[in-house]
Amino acid sequence: MIAIIEYNAGNITSVARALHAIGQDFVITDDTKMLDAASHAIFPGVGAAGEAMAYLKHKGLDAWLKTCFQSGKPIMGICLGTQIILNQSEENDTNCIGLVAGVTKRFPENLQAAGQTLKIPHMGWNSVALKRHHPLFEGIDPAAEYYFVHSYYPSPSDHAAVVGITDYGMNFCSVLAVKNLVAMQFHPEKSGRPGLQILKNFCAWRGNDI
Amino acid sequence: MISKRIIPCLDVRDGKLTKGIKFKGNVDIGDPVEAAREYYEQGADEIVFYDITASSDKRDIMIDVVRRVAETIFIPFSVGGGIRNLDDMRRVIGAGAEKISVNSAAVQKPEIITQGAKAFGSQCIVLGMDVKKVKVGKQTPSGYEIVIEGGRKYTGLDALWWAREGERLGAGEICLNSIDADGMQDGYEINLTALVSDNVRIPVIASGGAGKPEHLADVLTAGKADAALIASMVHYRTYTISQIKHYLSDQNIKTRMLW
Repeated sequence: MIAIIEYNAGNITSVARALHAIGQDFVITDDTKMLDAASHAIFPGVGAAGEAMAYLKHKGLDAWLKTCFQSGKPIMGICLGTQIILNQSEENDTNCIGLVAGVTKRFPENLQAAGQTLKIPHMGWNSVALKRHHPLFEGIDPAAEYYFVHSYYPSPSDHAAVVGITDYGMNFCSVLAVKNLVAMQFHPEKSGRPGLQILKNFCAWRGNDI
Repeated sequence: MISKRIIPCLDVRDGKLTKGIKFKGNVDIGDPVEAAREYYEQGADEIVFYDITASSDKRDIMIDVVRRVAETIFIPFSVGGGIRNLDDMRRVIGAGAEKISVNSAAVQKPEIITQGAKAFGSQCIVLGMDVKKVKVGKQTPSGYEIVIEGGRKYTGLDALWWAREGERLGAGEICLNSIDADGMQDGYEINLTALVSDNVRIPVIASGGAGKPEHLADVLTAGKADAALIASMVHYRTYTISQIKHYLSDQNIKTRMLW
């Protein structure tokens, strides 16, 4: 059983619908006992870092995520869920969970490409250049694109954590992974077939990062 | 690098497409959910639904459509038309839409943009703008004015001012529709699109006037649009989305080519 961690951050139902479409049983919960019982945990999120962290702390879910990470259970972060597993976010200078060393930064103003100033948020489809193999991208065409919508991006301190990078006038880390944790800035649940394949791969993953 | 988005727009009334759309085997599809599935299969990057249901007691039908679309396609989609307040937004987003588009309601009650952005995030709020070309004047220095009620009513708002104001109020994206070009299939309003896109920091979807792939190429380059809305040219099967994307790709305009 896959658990989607419930907190006040947006796109939880769309993740649920995508799991339903790939025939995967799931539960949406913020109850740590139910989360403990799940084989995999998905940590989604749309919204602001500060409010999300306040809610997670209130529910004790930040501490639960740390324990869960130690336990070896496969964890998948999506969008805001990816940003707040780092130590800190520039979004309202928020202290985050700190499963992975690093900070979440805001895109600089005046990013340029082909003579045009790029818009913020980075909204739309973009590709991911894999820096190394990861089981979640098994069977996916390297030219596949994914749906992004964000103004901040994760910047892990350890380069070994960077699995994929995306170009938006600058290269940023769009997929990171450490041990049993994998996290992406884009929305697999809104990225058509390649996105659904990533979710399938996650559900079949045992948490080994090779 | 980010791809330009190609977005079919479907008009829905009382839960049915207002015009049947011809697809495989020339069969007319009247069901918006089936049409959404077809465009998803053709490579649409996003889908826009515009609800033109007149009577408010039939609004629940649209919510049901949104729910069924959300179970069928796994790309973002937005819903506009008849969204008056935060409750309307909540119902549409709760049913599974990524974005809501506000148009007349935002002109009459600009605070709805800010309220929506606070409640759901800016990325959820699309400011829909219907624009007509007018004389350059004190009130409309850009030479473009915001109109509502399908173009029948002039608001006195300068289009460029309103685009910036919408951004300031918290809109995450602008869908810019030229009433002059709409339905003519003679090309987008390139000047208007470039003017707005150059002066806001949020993405701009160009709308109105698409008749052939060259029109999309123009608005995505000279018009500086981030995305292009299309309707008749795909609804009547003159082109498929896949054909349009291949054309754009040949013109070195990057779109998502794998789906």
